Amino acid sequence: MTSTAPLQDTSTSLHGDTPVVAGGHGDFRLFGLATFLVADGMTFAGFFAAYLTFRAVNPLPEGGNYELELLLPTINTVVLIISSFTFHRAGKECRGGNLGASRLWLAITAALGAAFLAGQMVEYFSLPFSLTDNLFASTFYALTGFHGLHVTLGVICITIVALQTRAGGRISASDHFGLEAAELYWHFVDGIWVVLYGILYLL
Amino acid sequence: MTLANPSDFNGSLQPQGWLKYFSFSLDHKVIGLQYLVCGFIFYLIGGALAGVIRTELASPISDFVSRETYNEVLTLHGTVMIFLWIVPVVNGAFGNYLIPFYVGARDMAFPRLNAVAFWLIPPAGILLISSYFIAGAAAQSGWTAYPPLSLTTPAAGQVVWILSVLLLGGSSIFGGINFIATVLKLRRPGLKLMQLPMYCWAMLGTSILVVLSTPVLAGTLILLSFDIIAHTGFFNPALGGNVVVYQHLFWFYSHPAVYIMVLPAFGLVSEILPVHARKPLFGYTTMVYSIMAIVFLGLIVWAHHMFTSGTPPWMRLFFTIATSFIAVPTGIKFFNWLATLWGGKIALNSAMLFSCAFIVNFVFGGITGVALAQVPFDIHVHDTYFVVGHFHYIVYGGTVFVIFGSLYHWYPKFTGRMLNEDLGRLHFLLTFIGFNLCFAPQHWLGLNGMPRRVAEYDPAFTTLNQISSVGALLMAISTLPLLINVVLTAINGKVAGDNPWNALTPEWLTSSPPPVENWLGEAPLVTEPYGYGQKQEVTP
Repeated sequence: MTSTAPLQDTSTSLHGDTPVVAGGHGDFRLFGLATFLVADGMTFAGFFAAYLTFRAVNPLPEGGNYELELLLPTINTVVLIISSFTFHRAGKECRGGNLGASRLWLAITAALGAAFLAGQMVEYFSLPFSLTDNLFASTFYALTGFHGLHVTLGVICITIVALQTRAGGRISASDHFGLEAAELYWHFVDGIWVVLYGILYLL
Repeated sequence: MTLANPSDFNGSLQPQGWLKYFSFSLDHKVIGLQYLVCGFIFYLIGGALAGVIRTELASPISDFVSRETYNEVLTLHGTVMIFLWIVPVVNGAFGNYLIPFYVGARDMAFPRLNAVAFWLIPPAGILLISSYFIAGAAAQSGWTAYPPLSLTTPAAGQVVWILSVLLLGGSSIFGGINFIATVLKLRRPGLKLMQLPMYCWAMLGTSILVVLSTPVLAGTLILLSFDIIAHTGFFNPALGGNVVVYQHLFWFYSHPAVYIMVLPAFGLVSEILPVHARKPLFGYTTMVYSIMAIVFLGLIVWAHHMFTSGTPPWMRLFFTIATSFIAVPTGIKFFNWLATLWGGKIALNSAMLFSCAFIVNFVFGGITGVALAQVPFDIHVHDTYFVVGHFHYIVYGGTVFVIFGSLYHWYPKFTGRMLNEDLGRLHFLLTFIGFNLCFAPQHWLGLNGMPRRVAEYDPAFTTLNQISSVGALLMAISTLPLLINVVLTAINGKVAGDNPWNALTPEWLTSSPPPVENWLGEAPLVTEPYGYGQKQEVTP
């Protein structure tokens, strides 16, 4: 996070999202994003609550094979957790002024995210059930699909941020709101996956 | 982050005069008035739909519209009134207009997000209303869209309905994020949280509810649309799904939605009463705590809508007790308002009349609410007209009265002109009599067993229904004095001056209408927004 200067100079013009009013620091934009992520997290919470209630109340139909394979999702989980660390490293390099190194770590993060999505695709094609087979199948695809959508958006954002770290781009050592926003979002998506992995695969 | 010259957005390139209200402005005052006017147009549409409903119910047989049309009209009426009129106006309109003044800022925290939040509404509204014209397939499962009814009725209208509600939910969330950031992060230096006007607290509480509960509705509606489009089985019992889960998730939003509508109304009333009674707001601290208590309790009481859905006894007990507890903070606020009025120099102008009528209506609606929280009583009157009467006392008697009162109170600030008091009092009288005539009899209808959402009923209920329909007609007529008033005063109303009420809250310390960035100099530091009858120091 950037340094938090005290609120000052409210007489300056403020139209557009540049927070001139807050002394030029991007603090409350991250605050706004965090608030949005709380809202986004509540969507997942609603899905989780629905899934857990379905599991508790509605028994699985007899005779189907609903066991999920564990190896691939576990590898995926590890990939996603590693990507959180690589993103953290990218942010550190950026704040230290090494934009080239930052770009490299961002590329690795995006690749890990893409690898996660590829793994999810492989898993989808290997599963013995499809979306409309039964309640469990529907919820499984809805939860992982909604999370996959978030990962896809994240990969796109990381790619954009990585392109912006090039010379003359919008990311610099002193002005890197985009990178920090993408990082916060990415950690959020990872955290959601860990919870999702726990209740969907392990429970 | 670099940005184009701000004057590109609000300088000479922007249309001036009334044309600017049709353009993409980033000024919070323009956006607030856009919300207000847009919402009022939808109020007229929703009101016309209510007129269709009451005309149909004036006689016991289905003669005015067919039963299917009745269901479609009823669905559209509920959705329009909640998602396009009350929520956007009490939150978006007054929140956008007043909150930056109250925190001493020149605009909202995220002006462009603010504009996006507003401009989602007109397309969503047009989408919703156009879905009515899909021949034979308009949504007809009520504003709750309970499955399996919403799965078995024609799909096309229901899907469009879901899409437009999702857009409106997104608008609501963006607005909520903006309000939270503005109140917490954009306050003028030196302004403490406990010095903020009460409407800021109400909007903070409301926005917390919006951020926590609206996404759950969005997720639920996405699952419902999967059920309709892709034939998944989340809520379809025929495919092993569970309809009660839909009800839980739906009411997890839609009960707090009641507080998303009335908490801002509480805040607005808390601004109006001290000004026109010339007294400080009684019990500021308890008012703040009671708002936060309502926010917390509002999030944990949703299942009282589901007492007849086969909930287990422990759940009924918990939700009965939690719901009844909401009467405590609400009662605190109510008595604080009475204490604010007590011994004040009350000016019975239109703003004050509507606010006092709000207190009366809301107490009545609140008491029937406590009655409904009790399981045996709820089971008796569930899905009857008693419930219809109750929630119209809350959402119309509670919030719409406050919207009108606020309009009379802040119109001088919006336009620089006063609304005509005689027409205002006529508007109040017609609204108040029409409202009570319309909705009070519905309590008797419900107690006697008339079900809601029906186009035909037992002829024994005819008289009370006709009284109710006459009341609805009066309410329809009551919009005429308001419309005439607004049009006439816009042309040659009495010039208001900067502060016609001699109020102390910050929005009155600038010109009427205010300049583009709210104050020509620095924002004033108002630490005693209700310091009537005290020695006042306003630091410029």
